[in-house]
Amino acid sequence: MGKSLRVAYGEALIKLGKENEKVVVLDADLAHATQTAMFQAEYPDRHFNLGIAEADMVCAAVGFAHTGFIPFASTFALFGAGHAYEQIRNSVCYTNCNVKFGFSHSGLSVGEDGGSHQSIEDIALMRVLPHMTILVPCDPAETEKAVFAAAKIDGPVYIRVARPVCEDITTADTPFIPGKANVMKEGSDVCLIACGLMVPVALKAAEELESQGISTAVVNMHTIKPIDEDVILKMNENCKAIVTVEEHSIIGGLGSAVSEVLAGHNGAKFARVGIQDKFGKSGKPDQLFEAYGLTAENVAATAKGLL
Amino acid sequence: MMQYEKKAKELRAEILKMLYACQSGHPGGSLSCVEMLMALYYEVMKIDPKNPQDPDRDRFVLSKGHACPTLYAILADLGYFPKEDLANLRQIDSHLQGHPDCCKTPGVDMNTGSLGQGAALAMGLALAAKHAKKDYKVYAVLGDGECQEGLVWEAAMASAHYKLDNLVFMLDHNGLQIDGSNDEVMGLGDITKKFEAFGFECFTVDGHDIDTIVAALKAPVSGKPKFICCETVKGKGVSFMENVFGWHGSPMNKEQFEKALSEQEVQ
Repeated sequence: MGKSLRVAYGEALIKLGKENEKVVVLDADLAHATQTAMFQAEYPDRHFNLGIAEADMVCAAVGFAHTGFIPFASTFALFGAGHAYEQIRNSVCYTNCNVKFGFSHSGLSVGEDGGSHQSIEDIALMRVLPHMTILVPCDPAETEKAVFAAAKIDGPVYIRVARPVCEDITTADTPFIPGKANVMKEGSDVCLIACGLMVPVALKAAEELESQGISTAVVNMHTIKPIDEDVILKMNENCKAIVTVEEHSIIGGLGSAVSEVLAGHNGAKFARVGIQDKFGKSGKPDQLFEAYGLTAENVAATAKGLL
Repeated sequence: MMQYEKKAKELRAEILKMLYACQSGHPGGSLSCVEMLMALYYEVMKIDPKNPQDPDRDRFVLSKGHACPTLYAILADLGYFPKEDLANLRQIDSHLQGHPDCCKTPGVDMNTGSLGQGAALAMGLALAAKHAKKDYKVYAVLGDGECQEGLVWEAAMASAHYKLDNLVFMLDHNGLQIDGSNDEVMGLGDITKKFEAFGFECFTVDGHDIDTIVAALKAPVSGKPKFICCETVKGKGVSFMENVFGWHGSPMNKEQFEKALSEQEVQ
């Protein structure tokens, strides 16, 4: 049985908190949604609810970091990255402050809550901030590794946590090194570079392409910043086409980050699958993925179109 | 306290020299909070200039970060860094940035400058201090215009909720902001009553009388954060700047500088 990344996030915080008493967790009245309530139940005196006040939560986390603690602050990605953006910029990143963000309910997969709650620009906002590391885990196992990796990094880390239940596509033994992408499948015609919930979509698209005789590589780009330039340039040399796949705007996210690495290099043709400069809307996650082209069929068709 | 009258003039002279040299910065709000910071740094806070990172030191957050020339002048006076550095305020490669930078300047505890954030950062420091079971205190100086930022009130709510009696907000209530008086731009109403309603133990003092500021700072409170409304004069100590909102962020010409400096001479 799979589980949601937010539950994996909550469980990972408990595990980390057991190992390291310096870990404290902050939330903004969404502890039962972000699942930091699990940590609260285990360590009530190390969990701080700041109420519906995201900017205040981020500043409180800075206070804890300056006092030698390792704060993990959680809320919905839209409100954390959006509402508290300037606090993250000036009070966290500007001073390379040791604050970790586990922002959940990212992307279209929030579903029914609709466009007001679907963060499709958080990676773009976080990516332009110096010192920020951005991790986008693709499954429960990787979510736990991202939490532990974040605690080891001395500086700000953004972990993008999706809401839906999903199966593990990595194992406990799969390496997770921030900044080093995982090549999940080698191939020589097409390379699909995906992150988060789009990794299984890319794997399915690869199956489809392979069935048509198109050799397809799949890269799990779990770290958007610092991005793994080596793997991108290697795929650019080895493959005829590169397609990025993300549950985020095609402006400023994974697709932009990869295109910035490719700029100035000859090689593979390039396309971005993601949300095409639009806002989201209400619907079930699967319906939304279909409506916005975040499907294996669209990824495969986009790749074929480049060949 | 007589020695402080002389010290206040010396500090104001340093502030004026710094601001004249860089031909930018914020004279009005720097001059209004001189005695407030003096009360903290010379009388109240437990600090050691030789050990700026002492984990048990009291913390200071200049939430109205644009008044940093006052903080820098005091830190230099206490020996956190050489006084010669003051001449380099706002210059390229200087550790004295246009707004306080804890990564660059010895003795600066927190980055500020974006209004409202300092109040919340101070609350966070105080909350973390309680969690760490430390008994040091956290002091923040806020501007009155700054209280128009919603984040100040988020921080105020959390400070009372978590019973942060190790936290003191001091308000530099000079009544003026960039575009005019508080009342013209966005009235604060009875600001002390507002903090009282948010759950603070409140005091009102003459913000240029060090004795009364110190008395309010030392007054014991339990289970509540403290708010001290310091009634001040923007541009205090320079005759042509006092109570003139245009001196929030204007550079002085040579004539103005010389007149302002002459007013700081000790009789």
